Amino acid sequence: VSGVLVVAEARRGELRDVTFELIGAARGLGSVSVAVIDHDPSRYRDRLAVDGVDSVLAVTTPQEHFEPHIAQRGLEALIEQEQPSVVLLGHTIDSLGFAPAVAVRGEHGFASDVTRVSSDGGDLVVVRSAYGGKLEAELDFPGRDTVLLLLRAGTFEPAAAGGGSPEWCEVTVELGEPHSEHVDFREVATGDVDITKADFLLSVGRGIEDKDNLEQFEELAERMGAILSVSRPLVDAGWVSNARQVGQSGKTVKPKVYLALGISGAVQHLAGMKNADTIIAVNSDPEAPIFNVAHYGVVADLFDIAGQLEQQSG
Amino acid sequence: MRIVVPVKQVAVVDEDFELVDDGSGVDPDFLEWSLNEWDDFSLEAALQLSGEDGEVVVMTVGDEEATEGLLTCLAKGADRGVRIWDDALAGADALAVARILAPAVRREQPDLVLCGVQSSDAVNSATGIALAGLLNLPHVAVVRAISAENGGLVVERELEGGLVEVVRIELPALLTVQTGINEPRYANLRAIKQAREKPLEVLGSGLSPEQVASAGGARLRKLAEPEAGEGAEMLQGSPAEVAARIREIVAERLSG
Repeated sequence: VSGVLVVAEARRGELRDVTFELIGAARGLGSVSVAVIDHDPSRYRDRLAVDGVDSVLAVTTPQEHFEPHIAQRGLEALIEQEQPSVVLLGHTIDSLGFAPAVAVRGEHGFASDVTRVSSDGGDLVVVRSAYGGKLEAELDFPGRDTVLLLLRAGTFEPAAAGGGSPEWCEVTVELGEPHSEHVDFREVATGDVDITKADFLLSVGRGIEDKDNLEQFEELAERMGAILSVSRPLVDAGWVSNARQVGQSGKTVKPKVYLALGISGAVQHLAGMKNADTIIAVNSDPEAPIFNVAHYGVVADLFDIAGQLEQQSG
Repeated sequence: MRIVVPVKQVAVVDEDFELVDDGSGVDPDFLEWSLNEWDDFSLEAALQLSGEDGEVVVMTVGDEEATEGLLTCLAKGADRGVRIWDDALAGADALAVARILAPAVRREQPDLVLCGVQSSDAVNSATGIALAGLLNLPHVAVVRAISAENGGLVVERELEGGLVEVVRIELPALLTVQTGINEPRYANLRAIKQAREKPLEVLGSGLSPEQVASAGGARLRKLAEPEAGEGAEMLQGSPAEVAARIREIVAERLSG
Protein backbone atom coordinates (compact mmCIF):
# COMPACT_ATOMS: atom_id res chain seq x y z
CA VAL A 1 0.00 0.00 0.00
CA SER A 2 1.39 3.41 -0.90
CA GLY A 3 -0.99 6.30 -1.47
CA VAL A 4 -4.35 6.46 0.30
CA LEU A 5 -7.03 8.79 -1.01
CA VAL A 6 -9.76 9.64 1.52
CA VAL A 7 -13.01 11.01 0.08
CA ALA A 8 -14.39 13.61 2.50
CA GLU A 9 -18.16 13.67 2.96
CA ALA A 10 -20.12 16.82 3.67
CA ARG A 11 -23.81 17.65 3.78
CA ARG A 12 -25.39 21.10 3.79
CA GLY A 13 -22.02 22.74 4.32
CA GLU A 14 -20.85 20.55 7.23
CA LEU A 15 -18.24 17.80 7.14
CA ARG A 16 -19.72 14.54 8.38
CA ASP A 17 -18.02 12.68 11.26
CA VAL A 18 -17.23 9.69 9.07
CA THR A 19 -14.64 11.82 7.23
CA PHE A 20 -12.41 11.85 10.31
CA GLU A 21 -12.90 8.12 10.85
CA LEU A 22 -11.68 7.56 7.28
CA ILE A 23 -8.61 9.72 7.93
CA GLY A 24 -7.98 7.79 11.16
CA ALA A 25 -8.09 4.50 9.25
CA ALA A 26 -5.98 5.88 6.37
CA ARG A 27 -3.07 7.05 8.52
CA GLY A 28 -2.15 3.48 9.35
CA LEU A 29 -1.99 2.47 5.69
CA GLY A 30 0.22 4.94 3.83
CA SER A 31 0.58 8.57 2.80
CA VAL A 32 -2.80 10.29 3.00
CA SER A 33 -4.51 12.69 0.60
CA VAL A 34 -8.04 13.93 1.22
CA ALA A 35 -10.38 14.62 -1.71
CA VAL A 36 -13.07 17.26 -1.26
CA ILE A 37 -15.59 17.34 -4.10
CA ASP A 38 -17.86 20.20 -3.11
CA HIS A 39 -19.39 23.50 -4.17
CA ASP A 40 -17.02 25.40 -1.85
CA PRO A 41 -14.17 23.14 -0.64
CA SER A 42 -12.30 25.97 1.10
CA ARG A 43 -14.91 26.14 3.87
CA TYR A 44 -13.55 22.83 5.21
CA ARG A 45 -9.90 23.82 4.97
CA ASP A 46 -9.22 24.40 8.69
CA ARG A 47 -10.89 21.24 9.93
CA LEU A 48 -9.24 19.09 7.26
CA ALA A 49 -5.77 20.29 8.25
CA VAL A 50 -5.41 17.04 10.19
CA ASP A 51 -2.11 15.76 11.51
CA GLY A 52 -0.88 13.04 9.15
CA VAL A 53 -2.68 14.33 6.05
CA ASP A 54 -0.18 15.24 3.32
CA SER A 55 -2.46 17.04 0.91
CA VAL A 56 -6.04 18.10 0.34
CA LEU A 57 -7.30 17.87 -3.24
CA ALA A 58 -10.12 20.35 -3.76
CA VAL A 59 -12.53 19.90 -6.68
CA THR A 60 -15.13 22.65 -7.02
CA THR A 61 -18.54 21.52 -8.27
CA PRO A 62 -21.10 23.66 -10.13
CA GLN A 63 -24.09 22.57 -8.02
CA GLU A 64 -24.48 23.27 -4.31
CA HIS A 65 -25.38 19.81 -2.99
CA PHE A 66 -24.05 16.29 -3.48
CA GLU A 67 -24.89 14.86 -6.91
CA PRO A 68 -23.86 11.28 -7.68
CA HIS A 69 -22.77 11.75 -11.28
CA ILE A 70 -20.63 14.80 -10.48
CA ALA A 71 -19.11 12.94 -7.51
CA GLN A 72 -18.40 9.99 -9.80
CA ARG A 73 -16.67 12.12 -12.43
CA GLY A 74 -14.69 13.99 -9.78
CA LEU A 75 -13.43 10.83 -8.12
CA GLU A 76 -12.64 9.14 -11.45
CA ALA A 77 -10.47 12.11 -12.42
CA LEU A 78 -8.66 12.17 -9.06
CA ILE A 79 -7.96 8.43 -9.21
CA GLU A 80 -6.52 8.83 -12.69
CA GLN A 81 -4.34 11.71 -11.55
CA GLU A 82 -3.19 10.35 -8.18
CA GLN A 83 -3.13 6.59 -8.88
CA PRO A 84 -3.82 5.79 -5.20
CA SER A 85 -3.55 2.16 -4.11
CA VAL A 86 -6.49 2.58 -1.73
CA VAL A 87 -9.49 4.92 -1.85
CA LEU A 88 -11.48 5.17 1.39
CA LEU A 89 -15.10 6.32 1.51
CA GLY A 90 -17.79 6.01 4.16
CA HIS A 91 -20.38 3.26 3.77
CA THR A 92 -22.97 6.03 3.62
CA ILE A 93 -25.97 6.88 1.48
CA ASP A 94 -23.99 9.40 -0.56
CA SER A 95 -21.10 7.00 -1.26
CA LEU A 96 -23.49 4.19 -2.16
CA GLY A 97 -24.83 6.53 -4.84
CA PHE A 98 -21.59 6.64 -6.85
CA ALA A 99 -18.68 4.56 -5.50
CA PRO A 100 -19.85 1.23 -7.01
CA ALA A 101 -20.09 2.95 -10.42
CA VAL A 102 -16.53 4.30 -10.10
CA ALA A 103 -15.24 0.86 -9.08
CA VAL A 104 -16.87 -1.09 -11.88
CA ARG A 105 -16.05 1.45 -14.60
CA GLY A 106 -12.41 1.67 -13.53
CA GLU A 107 -12.10 -2.09 -12.98
CA HIS A 108 -10.87 -1.33 -9.47
CA GLY A 109 -11.03 -3.59 -6.44
CA PHE A 110 -14.08 -2.91 -4.30
CA ALA A 111 -15.58 -3.83 -0.94
CA SER A 112 -18.39 -2.15 0.98
CA ASP A 113 -19.41 -2.06 4.65
CA VAL A 114 -15.83 -2.89 5.64
CA THR A 115 -15.20 -3.25 9.38
CA ARG A 116 -11.46 -4.06 9.48
CA VAL A 117 -8.55 -3.18 7.21
CA SER A 118 -5.10 -4.72 7.48
CA SER A 119 -2.07 -5.57 5.43
CA ASP A 120 -0.78 -9.13 5.03
CA GLY A 121 2.81 -8.94 3.80
CA GLY A 122 1.97 -5.75 1.86
CA ASP A 123 -1.31 -7.14 0.47
CA LEU A 124 -4.48 -5.38 1.49
CA VAL A 125 -6.88 -7.63 3.43
CA VAL A 126 -10.29 -6.48 4.65
CA VAL A 127 -13.13 -7.95 6.69
CA ARG A 128 -16.85 -7.37 6.21
CA SER A 129 -19.87 -9.18 7.52
CA ALA A 130 -21.68 -11.83 5.48
CA TYR A 131 -25.01 -13.64 5.64
CA GLY A 132 -26.68 -10.84 7.56
CA GLY A 133 -23.99 -10.64 10.26
CA LYS A 134 -23.83 -14.34 11.10
CA LEU A 135 -20.43 -14.68 9.43
CA GLU A 136 -17.44 -12.54 8.52
CA ALA A 137 -15.82 -12.62 5.09
CA GLU A 138 -12.12 -11.95 4.63
CA LEU A 139 -11.38 -10.43 1.21
CA ASP A 140 -8.30 -9.52 -0.77
CA PHE A 141 -7.71 -7.88 -4.15
CA PRO A 142 -5.03 -9.70 -6.18
CA GLY A 143 -3.87 -7.83 -9.27
CA ARG A 144 -5.71 -4.55 -8.51
CA ASP A 145 -3.72 -1.32 -8.62
CA THR A 146 -6.49 0.64 -6.93
CA VAL A 147 -9.03 -0.62 -4.38
CA LEU A 148 -12.13 1.30 -3.28
CA LEU A 149 -13.23 0.54 0.29
CA LEU A 150 -16.45 1.77 1.88
CA LEU A 151 -15.84 1.73 5.65
CA ARG A 152 -18.69 1.22 8.10
CA ALA A 153 -19.38 4.47 9.95
CA GLY A 154 -18.80 4.52 13.70
CA THR A 155 -16.29 1.66 13.56
CA PHE A 156 -12.86 3.23 13.01
CA GLU A 157 -11.14 5.53 15.52
CA PRO A 158 -11.56 9.12 14.26
CA ALA A 159 -8.63 11.50 13.77
CA ALA A 160 -8.94 14.83 15.59
CA ALA A 161 -9.81 17.79 13.36
CA GLY A 162 -7.01 20.31 12.72
CA GLY A 163 -3.44 19.98 14.04
CA GLY A 164 -1.67 19.48 10.71
CA SER A 165 -0.61 21.53 7.70
CA PRO A 166 -1.36 19.60 4.51
CA GLU A 167 -0.69 21.09 1.11
CA TRP A 168 -3.87 22.59 -0.40
CA CYS A 169 -4.29 21.72 -4.08
CA GLU A 170 -7.07 23.07 -6.27
CA VAL A 171 -7.76 20.49 -8.97
CA THR A 172 -9.62 21.43 -12.13
CA VAL A 173 -11.70 18.57 -13.51
CA GLU A 174 -14.05 18.32 -16.48
CA LEU A 175 -17.13 17.28 -14.48
CA GLY A 176 -19.81 17.38 -17.17
CA GLU A 177 -23.44 17.98 -16.32
CA PRO A 178 -25.25 16.72 -13.21
CA HIS A 179 -27.71 13.90 -13.95
CA SER A 180 -30.14 14.83 -11.22
CA GLU A 181 -31.38 18.08 -9.77
CA HIS A 182 -31.76 18.96 -6.09
CA VAL A 183 -35.25 20.16 -5.17
CA ASP A 184 -35.37 20.24 -1.39
CA PHE A 185 -34.34 18.73 1.93
CA ARG A 186 -37.04 17.55 4.30
CA GLU A 187 -37.03 16.19 7.88
CA VAL A 188 -39.27 13.15 8.17
CA ALA A 189 -38.43 12.03 11.70
CA THR A 190 -40.08 14.90 13.52
CA GLY A 191 -43.14 14.29 15.62
CA ASP A 192 -44.75 14.53 19.03
CA VAL A 193 -41.93 12.68 20.75
CA ASP A 194 -38.14 13.10 20.91
CA ILE A 195 -36.69 9.67 21.63
CA THR A 196 -33.15 11.08 21.74
CA LYS A 197 -33.98 12.80 25.04
CA ALA A 198 -35.30 9.69 26.84
CA ASP A 199 -33.36 8.04 29.70
CA PHE A 200 -35.19 4.78 29.21
CA LEU A 201 -36.30 3.42 25.84
CA LEU A 202 -38.39 0.31 25.45
CA SER A 203 -37.81 -0.65 21.86
CA VAL A 204 -39.74 -3.20 19.83
CA GLY A 205 -39.17 -4.75 16.42
CA ARG A 206 -40.39 -7.35 13.98
CA GLY A 207 -40.76 -9.83 16.87
CA ILE A 208 -44.07 -8.27 17.95
CA GLU A 209 -45.46 -9.80 14.76
CA ASP A 210 -48.76 -7.96 14.44
CA LYS A 211 -49.95 -4.37 14.55
CA ASP A 212 -52.62 -5.36 17.06
CA ASN A 213 -49.87 -6.23 19.54
CA LEU A 214 -48.41 -2.74 19.45
CA GLU A 215 -50.84 -1.35 22.01
CA GLN A 216 -49.67 -3.86 24.60
CA PHE A 217 -46.13 -2.52 24.32
CA GLU A 218 -47.23 1.11 24.41
CA GLU A 219 -48.94 0.30 27.71
CA LEU A 220 -45.94 -1.63 28.99
CA ALA A 221 -43.63 1.28 28.19
CA GLU A 222 -45.91 3.64 30.06
CA ARG A 223 -46.10 1.35 33.09
CA MET A 224 -42.34 0.98 33.23
CA GLY A 225 -41.74 4.69 32.76
CA ALA A 226 -40.12 4.21 29.35
CA ILE A 227 -40.62 5.87 25.98
CA LEU A 228 -41.52 3.50 23.14
CA SER A 229 -39.14 3.32 20.21
CA VAL A 230 -39.02 0.89 17.29
CA SER A 231 -36.81 -0.66 14.64
CA ARG A 232 -37.27 0.02 10.94
CA PRO A 233 -39.70 -2.76 9.90
CA LEU A 234 -42.46 -1.27 12.06
CA VAL A 235 -42.06 2.11 10.38
CA ASP A 236 -41.90 0.50 6.93
CA ALA A 237 -45.16 -1.29 7.68
CA GLY A 238 -46.75 2.03 8.58
CA TRP A 239 -47.54 1.02 12.18
CA VAL A 240 -45.42 3.69 13.85
CA SER A 241 -44.19 7.14 12.77
CA ASN A 242 -40.60 7.84 11.72
CA ALA A 243 -40.13 9.92 14.86
CA ARG A 244 -39.82 6.75 16.96
CA GLN A 245 -37.37 4.93 14.68
CA VAL A 246 -33.94 4.05 16.06
CA GLY A 247 -31.17 3.41 13.54
CA GLN A 248 -29.13 4.82 10.71
CA SER A 249 -32.09 6.29 8.84
CA GLY A 250 -33.88 7.18 12.08
CA LYS A 251 -32.52 8.56 15.31
CA THR A 252 -29.26 7.83 17.09
CA VAL A 253 -30.03 7.37 20.77
CA LYS A 254 -27.91 7.09 23.92
CA PRO A 255 -30.32 6.44 26.80
CA LYS A 256 -29.31 5.13 30.22
CA VAL A 257 -31.27 1.96 29.49
CA TYR A 258 -32.27 0.47 26.12
CA LEU A 259 -34.58 -2.51 26.50
CA ALA A 260 -34.92 -4.23 23.11
CA LEU A 261 -37.76 -6.71 22.69
CA GLY A 262 -37.80 -8.79 19.51
CA ILE A 263 -35.14 -6.77 17.66
CA SER A 264 -32.58 -8.99 15.92
CA GLY A 265 -30.06 -6.17 15.50
CA ALA A 266 -29.43 -5.35 11.84
CA VAL A 267 -26.30 -3.25 11.31
CA GLN A 268 -28.38 -0.16 10.58
CA HIS A 269 -30.25 -0.56 13.87
CA LEU A 270 -27.11 -1.17 15.93
CA ALA A 271 -25.60 2.02 14.49
CA GLY A 272 -28.39 3.96 16.20
CA MET A 273 -28.21 2.45 19.71
CA LYS A 274 -24.94 0.65 20.39
CA ASN A 275 -23.70 3.49 22.59
CA ALA A 276 -26.57 3.27 25.06
CA ASP A 277 -25.23 2.99 28.64
CA THR A 278 -27.01 -0.31 29.32
CA ILE A 279 -28.57 -2.53 26.67
CA ILE A 280 -30.90 -5.36 27.61
CA ALA A 281 -32.01 -7.57 24.72
CA VAL A 282 -34.76 -10.19 24.63
CA ASN A 283 -34.86 -12.38 21.52
CA SER A 284 -35.87 -15.94 20.73
CA ASP A 285 -32.87 -16.44 18.39
CA PRO A 286 -29.70 -17.10 20.44
CA GLU A 287 -27.64 -16.06 17.38
CA ALA A 288 -29.32 -12.65 17.02
CA PRO A 289 -26.62 -10.00 16.39
CA ILE A 290 -28.16 -7.73 19.05
CA PHE A 291 -26.57 -9.97 21.71
CA ASN A 292 -23.14 -8.85 20.44
CA VAL A 293 -23.78 -5.30 21.67
CA ALA A 294 -26.11 -6.05 24.59
CA HIS A 295 -24.90 -5.99 28.21
CA TYR A 296 -27.67 -8.33 29.30
CA GLY A 297 -29.35 -10.90 27.09
CA VAL A 298 -32.39 -13.11 27.42
CA VAL A 299 -33.17 -15.93 24.99
CA ALA A 300 -36.91 -16.24 25.33
CA ASP A 301 -40.26 -15.51 23.75
CA LEU A 302 -40.68 -11.77 24.12
CA PHE A 303 -44.39 -12.10 24.93
CA ASP A 304 -43.59 -14.28 27.98
CA ILE A 305 -41.16 -11.68 29.29
CA ALA A 306 -43.37 -8.72 28.38
CA GLY A 307 -46.32 -10.35 30.17
CA GLN A 308 -44.29 -10.76 33.34
CA LEU A 309 -42.88 -7.24 33.15
CA GLU A 310 -46.41 -5.94 32.86
CA GLN A 311 -47.69 -7.92 35.86
CA GLN A 312 -44.74 -6.97 38.02
CA SER A 313 -44.94 -3.30 37.06
CA GLY A 314 -48.41 -3.27 38.64
CA MET B 1 -43.11 2.48 -19.59
CA ARG B 2 -40.81 -0.55 -19.85
CA ILE B 3 -39.21 -1.26 -16.50
CA VAL B 4 -36.50 -3.80 -15.81
CA VAL B 5 -36.34 -5.11 -12.24
CA PRO B 6 -33.18 -7.05 -11.37
CA VAL B 7 -33.91 -9.36 -8.42
CA LYS B 8 -31.98 -11.85 -6.29
CA GLN B 9 -32.81 -15.14 -4.66
CA VAL B 10 -31.10 -14.79 -1.27
CA ALA B 11 -29.75 -17.37 1.13
CA VAL B 12 -31.01 -17.53 4.70
CA VAL B 13 -28.67 -19.38 7.03
CA ASP B 14 -30.12 -21.90 9.49
CA GLU B 15 -29.41 -21.42 13.19
CA ASP B 16 -26.94 -24.32 13.45
CA PHE B 17 -25.10 -24.03 10.16
CA GLU B 18 -21.75 -25.45 9.14
CA LEU B 19 -19.15 -24.16 6.69
CA VAL B 20 -17.76 -26.27 3.86
CA ASP B 21 -14.31 -27.65 4.66
CA ASP B 22 -12.22 -24.97 2.95
CA GLY B 23 -14.18 -22.14 4.59
CA SER B 24 -15.25 -20.71 1.24
CA GLY B 25 -18.96 -20.88 1.97
CA VAL B 26 -21.82 -22.23 4.03
CA ASP B 27 -22.69 -25.89 3.54
CA PRO B 28 -25.71 -25.68 1.16
CA ASP B 29 -27.62 -28.14 3.38
CA PHE B 30 -27.98 -25.30 5.91
CA LEU B 31 -29.31 -22.68 3.49
CA GLU B 32 -32.87 -21.78 2.63
CA TRP B 33 -33.72 -19.59 -0.33
CA SER B 34 -36.21 -16.77 -0.78
CA LEU B 35 -36.69 -13.63 -2.83
CA ASN B 36 -34.73 -10.68 -1.41
CA GLU B 37 -36.95 -8.50 0.79
CA TRP B 38 -35.91 -5.27 -1.01
CA ASP B 39 -36.98 -6.76 -4.34
CA ASP B 40 -40.59 -7.08 -3.17
CA PHE B 41 -40.61 -3.29 -2.96
CA SER B 42 -38.78 -2.57 -6.24
CA LEU B 43 -41.12 -4.94 -8.09
CA GLU B 44 -44.19 -3.33 -6.51
CA ALA B 45 -42.92 0.12 -7.49
CA ALA B 46 -42.42 -1.13 -11.07
CA LEU B 47 -45.91 -2.65 -11.26
CA GLN B 48 -47.41 0.64 -10.05
CA LEU B 49 -45.36 2.86 -12.38
CA SER B 50 -45.37 0.86 -15.62
CA GLY B 51 -48.95 1.74 -16.58
CA GLU B 52 -51.42 -0.25 -18.65
CA ASP B 53 -49.37 -0.34 -21.84
CA GLY B 54 -46.16 -0.84 -19.94
CA GLU B 55 -44.06 -3.91 -19.42
CA VAL B 56 -42.20 -5.16 -16.36
CA VAL B 57 -39.27 -7.51 -17.01
CA VAL B 58 -37.70 -9.27 -14.01
CA MET B 59 -34.14 -10.42 -14.35
CA THR B 60 -31.78 -12.41 -12.18
CA VAL B 61 -28.33 -13.93 -12.15
CA GLY B 62 -28.76 -17.25 -10.44
CA ASP B 63 -28.95 -21.01 -10.68
CA GLU B 64 -32.10 -23.16 -10.74
CA GLU B 65 -32.95 -22.03 -7.16
CA ALA B 66 -33.56 -18.53 -8.54
CA THR B 67 -36.37 -19.68 -10.85
CA GLU B 68 -38.67 -19.79 -7.83
CA GLY B 69 -38.04 -16.10 -7.12
CA LEU B 70 -38.75 -15.13 -10.74
CA LEU B 71 -41.98 -17.13 -10.69
CA THR B 72 -43.06 -15.25 -7.56
CA CYS B 73 -42.49 -11.97 -9.43
CA LEU B 74 -44.39 -13.23 -12.50
CA ALA B 75 -47.27 -14.31 -10.26
CA LYS B 76 -47.42 -10.81 -8.79
CA GLY B 77 -47.77 -9.28 -12.24
CA ALA B 78 -44.39 -9.02 -13.98
CA ASP B 79 -44.76 -9.76 -17.71
CA ARG B 80 -41.54 -11.63 -18.50
CA GLY B 81 -38.57 -13.17 -16.74
CA VAL B 82 -34.91 -13.53 -17.72
CA ARG B 83 -32.52 -15.78 -15.81
CA ILE B 84 -28.80 -15.69 -16.58
CA TRP B 85 -26.67 -18.57 -15.44
CA ASP B 86 -23.86 -20.95 -16.20
CA ASP B 87 -21.53 -22.72 -13.81
CA ALA B 88 -18.77 -20.14 -14.30
CA LEU B 89 -20.95 -17.63 -12.41
CA ALA B 90 -20.79 -19.40 -9.04
CA GLY B 91 -19.31 -16.96 -6.56
CA ALA B 92 -19.86 -13.85 -8.70
CA ASP B 93 -19.88 -10.76 -6.44
CA ALA B 94 -21.91 -7.56 -6.80
CA LEU B 95 -19.71 -5.93 -9.43
CA ALA B 96 -19.50 -9.16 -11.44
CA VAL B 97 -23.29 -9.50 -11.32
CA ALA B 98 -23.64 -5.91 -12.56
CA ARG B 99 -21.33 -6.73 -15.51
CA ILE B 100 -23.32 -9.86 -16.33
CA LEU B 101 -26.65 -8.00 -16.12
CA ALA B 102 -25.52 -4.99 -18.16
CA PRO B 103 -25.85 -6.42 -21.72
CA ALA B 104 -29.15 -8.14 -20.91
CA VAL B 105 -30.61 -4.93 -19.45
CA ARG B 106 -29.31 -2.86 -22.39
CA ARG B 107 -31.02 -5.24 -24.83
CA GLU B 108 -34.39 -4.39 -23.23
CA GLN B 109 -33.90 -0.62 -23.78
CA PRO B 110 -35.79 0.14 -20.58
CA ASP B 111 -37.20 3.52 -19.58
CA LEU B 112 -36.44 2.70 -15.97
CA VAL B 113 -34.43 0.14 -14.02
CA LEU B 114 -35.48 -0.48 -10.42
CA CYS B 115 -33.15 -2.43 -8.12
CA GLY B 116 -33.36 -3.13 -4.41
CA VAL B 117 -31.01 -1.05 -2.25
CA GLN B 118 -29.26 -4.21 -1.09
CA SER B 119 -29.63 -7.95 -0.72
CA SER B 120 -30.24 -9.33 2.75
CA ASP B 121 -27.51 -11.96 2.51
CA ALA B 122 -24.50 -10.16 0.98
CA VAL B 123 -25.49 -6.58 1.87
CA ASN B 124 -23.08 -5.02 -0.63
CA SER B 125 -25.52 -2.28 -1.67
CA ALA B 126 -23.52 -2.05 -4.88
CA THR B 127 -25.09 -4.00 -7.75
CA GLY B 128 -27.64 -1.38 -8.82
CA ILE B 129 -25.35 1.63 -8.89
CA ALA B 130 -22.56 -0.39 -10.55
CA LEU B 131 -25.09 -1.37 -13.24
CA ALA B 132 -26.03 2.29 -13.69
CA GLY B 133 -22.34 3.13 -14.09
CA LEU B 134 -21.91 0.51 -16.82
CA LEU B 135 -25.07 1.61 -18.65
CA ASN B 136 -24.35 5.33 -18.20
CA LEU B 137 -27.80 5.79 -16.71
CA PRO B 138 -28.69 8.70 -14.42
CA HIS B 139 -29.20 7.16 -10.98
CA VAL B 140 -30.36 7.77 -7.44
CA ALA B 141 -29.61 5.38 -4.58
CA VAL B 142 -31.82 4.56 -1.57
CA VAL B 143 -35.13 5.93 -2.80
CA ARG B 144 -38.16 6.03 -0.47
CA ALA B 145 -40.76 7.66 -2.78
CA ILE B 146 -41.20 7.96 -6.55
CA SER B 147 -43.62 10.04 -8.58
CA ALA B 148 -43.80 10.57 -12.33
CA GLU B 149 -43.78 14.24 -13.30
CA ASN B 150 -43.43 15.97 -16.69
CA GLY B 151 -41.83 13.00 -18.37
CA GLY B 152 -39.26 12.57 -15.61
CA LEU B 153 -39.33 11.42 -12.00
CA VAL B 154 -39.33 13.22 -8.69
CA VAL B 155 -37.91 10.93 -6.03
CA GLU B 156 -37.08 11.10 -2.34
CA ARG B 157 -33.60 9.97 -1.39
CA GLU B 158 -33.40 8.63 2.16
CA LEU B 159 -30.43 10.11 4.01
CA GLU B 160 -29.09 9.38 7.48
CA GLY B 161 -30.80 10.63 10.64
CA GLY B 162 -34.33 11.12 9.34
CA LEU B 163 -33.39 13.53 6.56
CA VAL B 164 -34.76 13.18 3.03
CA GLU B 165 -33.58 14.86 -0.18
CA VAL B 166 -36.09 15.47 -2.95
CA VAL B 167 -34.44 15.06 -6.36
CA ARG B 168 -35.62 15.40 -9.96
CA ILE B 169 -34.23 13.00 -12.57
CA GLU B 170 -34.86 12.46 -16.29
CA LEU B 171 -35.58 9.10 -17.93
CA PRO B 172 -34.14 6.65 -18.72
CA ALA B 173 -32.76 6.19 -15.21
CA LEU B 174 -31.90 3.64 -12.54
CA LEU B 175 -33.07 3.83 -8.94
CA THR B 176 -32.30 1.63 -5.95
CA VAL B 177 -35.46 1.21 -3.88
CA GLN B 178 -35.68 1.16 -0.09
CA THR B 179 -38.05 -0.98 2.00
CA GLY B 180 -41.25 0.71 3.14
CA ILE B 181 -41.68 2.68 -0.12
CA ASN B 182 -44.99 0.87 -0.80
CA GLU B 183 -47.07 -2.06 0.33
CA PRO B 184 -45.99 -5.06 -1.77
CA ARG B 185 -48.86 -7.18 -3.08
CA TYR B 186 -49.25 -10.88 -2.57
CA ALA B 187 -49.89 -13.29 -5.43
CA ASN B 188 -53.09 -15.31 -5.32
CA LEU B 189 -53.13 -19.04 -5.99
CA ARG B 190 -54.49 -18.69 -9.50
CA ALA B 191 -51.78 -16.20 -10.42
CA ILE B 192 -49.13 -18.53 -9.03
CA LYS B 193 -50.38 -21.30 -11.35
CA GLN B 194 -50.56 -18.94 -14.32
CA ALA B 195 -47.02 -17.62 -13.71
CA ARG B 196 -45.60 -20.77 -15.30
CA GLU B 197 -47.31 -19.83 -18.58
CA LYS B 198 -45.44 -16.50 -18.79
CA PRO B 199 -42.21 -16.21 -20.83
CA LEU B 200 -39.09 -17.09 -18.83
CA GLU B 201 -35.90 -16.93 -20.84
CA VAL B 202 -32.68 -18.59 -19.65
CA LEU B 203 -29.42 -17.14 -20.93
CA GLY B 204 -25.78 -18.10 -20.43
CA SER B 205 -23.06 -15.58 -19.68
CA GLY B 206 -20.47 -17.04 -22.05
CA LEU B 207 -17.79 -16.10 -19.51
CA SER B 208 -15.01 -18.26 -18.11
CA PRO B 209 -14.52 -18.56 -14.32
CA GLU B 210 -11.37 -16.41 -14.71
CA GLN B 211 -13.32 -13.69 -16.49
CA VAL B 212 -15.96 -13.75 -13.76
CA ALA B 213 -13.28 -13.47 -11.07
CA SER B 214 -11.69 -10.45 -12.75
CA ALA B 215 -15.13 -8.87 -13.28
CA GLY B 216 -15.67 -8.81 -9.51
CA GLY B 217 -14.42 -6.41 -6.89
CA ALA B 218 -12.64 -8.74 -4.49
CA ARG B 219 -11.55 -12.31 -3.84
CA LEU B 220 -13.05 -14.21 -0.93
CA ARG B 221 -10.21 -15.66 1.18
CA LYS B 222 -12.42 -17.26 3.78
CA LEU B 223 -15.59 -17.07 5.82
CA ALA B 224 -15.45 -17.34 9.59
CA GLU B 225 -17.71 -16.81 12.55
CA PRO B 226 -17.22 -13.35 14.06
CA GLU B 227 -15.10 -13.26 17.18
CA ALA B 228 -17.44 -12.90 20.08
CA GLY B 229 -16.95 -9.61 21.88
CA GLU B 230 -17.25 -9.43 25.65
CA GLY B 231 -20.73 -10.69 25.06
CA ALA B 232 -23.91 -10.13 26.94
CA GLU B 233 -24.46 -11.56 30.40
CA MET B 234 -27.27 -14.02 29.70
CA LEU B 235 -30.09 -13.94 32.23
CA GLN B 236 -31.44 -17.39 33.05
CA GLY B 237 -34.57 -18.56 34.78
CA SER B 238 -38.32 -18.54 34.41
CA PRO B 239 -39.97 -15.58 32.64
CA ALA B 240 -41.02 -14.28 36.07
CA GLU B 241 -37.45 -14.46 37.40
CA VAL B 242 -35.97 -12.89 34.28
CA ALA B 243 -38.53 -10.09 34.30
CA ALA B 244 -37.78 -9.38 37.95
CA ARG B 245 -34.06 -9.20 37.19
CA ILE B 246 -34.68 -6.86 34.22
CA ARG B 247 -36.72 -4.57 36.49
CA GLU B 248 -33.87 -4.55 39.03
CA ILE B 249 -31.28 -3.66 36.39
CA VAL B 250 -33.49 -0.90 34.97
CA ALA B 251 -34.13 0.61 38.41
CA GLU B 252 -30.44 0.47 39.30
CA ARG B 253 -29.26 2.05 36.05
CA LEU B 254 -31.87 4.79 36.01
CA SER B 255 -31.00 5.86 39.54
CA GLY B 256 -27.26 5.82 38.76
